[in-house]
Amino acid sequence: MKLYEIEIASRLLLGTAQYPSPAILSESVKASAAEIVTVSLRREAADHLAGQAFWSLIRELGVRVLPNTAGCYSVKEAVTTAQMAREVFNTRWIKLEVIADAESLAPNVIHTIEAAKELIAQGFEVFPYTTEDLGIAEKLLETGCRVLMPWGSPIGSARGLNNLYGLKMLRAHFPDVPMIVDAGIGVPSHAAQAMELGLDAVLLNTAVAKAGNPVHMARAFAIAVAAGRLAYQSGFLEPRDMAAPSTPVMGRATLA
Amino acid sequence: MQICLNGKWRDVGSESLDQALSELGYQGATIATALNGTFVPQDARGMTKIKEGDRIEIVAPMQGG
Repeated sequence: MKLYEIEIASRLLLGTAQYPSPAILSESVKASAAEIVTVSLRREAADHLAGQAFWSLIRELGVRVLPNTAGCYSVKEAVTTAQMAREVFNTRWIKLEVIADAESLAPNVIHTIEAAKELIAQGFEVFPYTTEDLGIAEKLLETGCRVLMPWGSPIGSARGLNNLYGLKMLRAHFPDVPMIVDAGIGVPSHAAQAMELGLDAVLLNTAVAKAGNPVHMARAFAIAVAAGRLAYQSGFLEPRDMAAPSTPVMGRATLA
Repeated sequence: MQICLNGKWRDVGSESLDQALSELGYQGATIATALNGTFVPQDARGMTKIKEGDRIEIVAPMQGG
């Protein structure tokens, strides 16, 4: 798939938060075969330069980074965070999250559109975290977003794809726009389901980081994403209401 | 003078943002800065004056989802 002219082979994007240790984070990224990981910016204390060690670890992995604006509630906060991220991470990519409220962590889609407009004018390549709403998607594309990141379900909820119909419609409506399901993926079957719908990729974090064995779970997700994609490309059997024998009926011996 | 650094009041003697970062121990670190809520690019820190009561945010790479 191509994300802003960059060819990416892996359709699994991985978050870097909440792992039991830096070593497990590192091994999980390798096991996932992800080429893109998400990162963020937080306050740095001079007497404990924690961010520097983390940044070294990510650079050693040799992956592309997608900085986020997680925790931003206003357009101004999101734009300023993106500007800081561009300088620190040396990338024009930004995963734009403008949150509506702390309980649902749902995207504030109105603010997201405003922030996207501003950031694109400043030369950013925006990956907007949004809902499956077609009208909002249309607006985001009009502002110049060339990737969409519809949510599966609320961040960290592990509820999977809450609105299959909505995601299907989104795919059908914008067949050529790269779409990455972001948030709410709990188990590999959720990721496979997103890929079977024809969505282009899946971004997840907590489902791997908080697994009993994050490294194995990262591998499980990689397999699920690959399986879902291959299945989508292979063409599905249409569901039907009645049974249909798979073994030929013709030539059956008369034994009654 | 007193400035608010990452939410905590600190005493600094420097006049520019660049000097204040060195004074506070951030020299050489991969960081980004904002002054009173506005991003200050690295190459503008030297000419950015700070004054009593300014709010400075210093951020660095961190884990994220």
